[in-house]
Amino acid sequence: MTVTVSAGLSDLRSFLHGLPGVDKVGVEARAAALATRSIKTDAKAKAIDLAIRMVDLTTLEGADTPGKVRALCAKARRPDPADPSCPSVAAICVYPAMVKVAAEALAGSEVHLASVATAFPSGQAPLAVKLADTRDAVAAGADEIDMVISRGAFLAGDYTKVFDEITAVKEACGSAHLKVILETGELGTYDNIRRASWLAMLAGADFIKTSTGKVAVNATLPITLVMLEAVRDFRERHGRIIGVKPAGGIKTTKDAIKYLVLINETVGDDWLDPDRFRFGASSLLNDLLMQRTKLTTGHYAGPDYFTLD
Amino acid sequence: MFEYAPAPESRSVVEIASSYGLFIDGSFDGGKDGNVFKTVNPATEEVLAEVTSAGSEDVDRAVAAARRAFGPWSALPGGERAKYLFRIARIIQERSRELAVLESLDNGKPIKESRDVDLPLVAAHFFYYAGWADKLAYAGFGPDPQPLGVAAQVIPWNFPLLMLAWKVAPALATGNTVVLKPAETTPLSALFFADVCRQAELPAGVVNIVTGAGDTGAYLVAHPDVDKVAFTGSTEVGRAIARTVSGTGKRLTLELGGKAANIVFDDAPIDQAVEGIVNGIFFNQGHVCCAGSRLLVQESIADELLASLKRRMATLRVGDPLDKNTDIGAINSAAQLARIKELSEIGSEEGAERWSPECSLPDRGFWFAPTIFTGVTQAHRIAREEIFGPVLSVLTFRTPDEAVAKANNTPYGLSAGIWTEKGSRILAVADQLRAGVVWANTFNKFDPASPFGGYKESGYGREGGRHGLEAYLA
Repeated sequence: MTVTVSAGLSDLRSFLHGLPGVDKVGVEARAAALATRSIKTDAKAKAIDLAIRMVDLTTLEGADTPGKVRALCAKARRPDPADPSCPSVAAICVYPAMVKVAAEALAGSEVHLASVATAFPSGQAPLAVKLADTRDAVAAGADEIDMVISRGAFLAGDYTKVFDEITAVKEACGSAHLKVILETGELGTYDNIRRASWLAMLAGADFIKTSTGKVAVNATLPITLVMLEAVRDFRERHGRIIGVKPAGGIKTTKDAIKYLVLINETVGDDWLDPDRFRFGASSLLNDLLMQRTKLTTGHYAGPDYFTLD
Repeated sequence: MFEYAPAPESRSVVEIASSYGLFIDGSFDGGKDGNVFKTVNPATEEVLAEVTSAGSEDVDRAVAAARRAFGPWSALPGGERAKYLFRIARIIQERSRELAVLESLDNGKPIKESRDVDLPLVAAHFFYYAGWADKLAYAGFGPDPQPLGVAAQVIPWNFPLLMLAWKVAPALATGNTVVLKPAETTPLSALFFADVCRQAELPAGVVNIVTGAGDTGAYLVAHPDVDKVAFTGSTEVGRAIARTVSGTGKRLTLELGGKAANIVFDDAPIDQAVEGIVNGIFFNQGHVCCAGSRLLVQESIADELLASLKRRMATLRVGDPLDKNTDIGAINSAAQLARIKELSEIGSEEGAERWSPECSLPDRGFWFAPTIFTGVTQAHRIAREEIFGPVLSVLTFRTPDEAVAKANNTPYGLSAGIWTEKGSRILAVADQLRAGVVWANTFNKFDPASPFGGYKESGYGREGGRHGLEAYLA
């Protein structure tokens, strides 16, 4: 089934509202059941390294300075200075104003550079501003753009506006990858999350991302499950693989492994890859490093054995 | 693929003795005629213990002990009986890990189900009926309802401890005493429960456990000094019991087989419906009398739904029941495995299309891969007979009326499921289904406060909830 977006709002609306519903109780029960998987020994070691490779090491504070961003970049390249076998993270994620600093600090490494553009986190700015924001970030060296959708327009039912904004931003990205932040905590229902996922994918998103990390409810397992089902179904119909990025509130190795299990048993192998799945996190990395060291040495090292960002 | 390393639950939390006697009048002793049988771990065929086969004399002794205990037990104020039941419930919680491991060893069910479903429900049933013990006058069965006397209870092997709880808890709460016979393939958790009763200092004779096969059960239900018979198991045995009890004045409840329809309408939440179908038929290896063994799916979404179901089935993990990541454990016995195989062969011969995901089964033990049959019609035997294994028959329908007609066109009537986003349709269809339990947008959910029981050949009487008290009160 395809949707002809050019046919206008009513077509897009009837498509999105024709998607199968999501039963809240059922999806939460399924996510809870998957969260009880027991991942030990070899499987745990693999999971930890994979999770490290999937981290978008993030700093999104008003108080960010070039010094802080450089420190984070150094950590991204070499998360554990004591252990060269530790992989580097997937990307650094910063505000557009910090992209230039980060690009210099990451030069020569394989770490991607993501920037939250489009009037992050509220998305409440005119489209021209959002596009300029995006172009600036790309010009400064970002190869991944995390944009926020206009939740107001989505909740008001103005799907065309959201669709057009995403298309325009995608165009402004050029060759940079576009991650579309749905801000699921503000969408209210799982049905809306599934619709917003489809809307973003139809409009050209390369990734769909749960949250800005700036609202009360950020990434959760059931929300991520619904988004994974959406990318799975999208590939079935359109053949294109869209990535998923839960962001905000994922702090522990235990949490991260639950997400990997979710991927494994919902969409499988193809998404167990940093090109298809990312964690938007700032404090997750150190817990992963601590657990990684625990597996190799048999005991826990204290927090001072791992670098601050 | 992300393979999970084995995560086995430790066996060391449970100590299984090499042999067990009968629990009569508060203590264990051997059977009078010295016959024993072995109980095996169905996942490995390893012998777990030797268990006493109770003969007629042993059953006589157990019934006599229950009769002696009945007077003082029924004379206790309800609040006093409640104390014992609460104590049993708490001990079960404290020993739940031990009991869960034991149950998985003896039954073959995955530890995640014995640990996360069975044991919590077992404790919940004792807590629930403990709460009723001093409120019987307000249960709606008259101002001063009286216990019946000695209850003979015969339970099946699919949920050994849970079925025990369903039977023992309401019987004791209402002031009856009990002689219980667990299934011959899964006697161990009942014997451990006897130990829980001792730990709780339950007066001797209030609960008696006699182990053995069908003969022991037949003698027990026919015993002239029994006032009430409660049986859960096959329809065939249920019929024989009904004939035995007929005309004796004994009260009887029967929870028998089922062939439940799980109806998926075209507007259902597909991903959750798939989970519900999986839970409906593959939970506990399909050894569930209320399993959703007939999937009725609306023709317009049949292809899409079946594709999703097959994809989901490919992720089911079959294997060691004690591995915390196992979804489907072992078939309980060689005999049951043979029956599942036989009916599945018949399904293929009748022309239904058989499908199982690729999965490697262990070499030893009793195993059967999760299986679905598509293209099934009402005329197929696999659509009519209870298979009691991980085998799903898929039928299609076009309209709600047709769905209801097909769902009701069965000799059974224990449970049913409805999947639709339309609330009015849930109510309308549920109203027309001839089944004791109808789940909407979920399946196989149990709660001690919710009565359970069937229509037609699925038996009569209700267990659980306030209704469950009625079966033990005059």
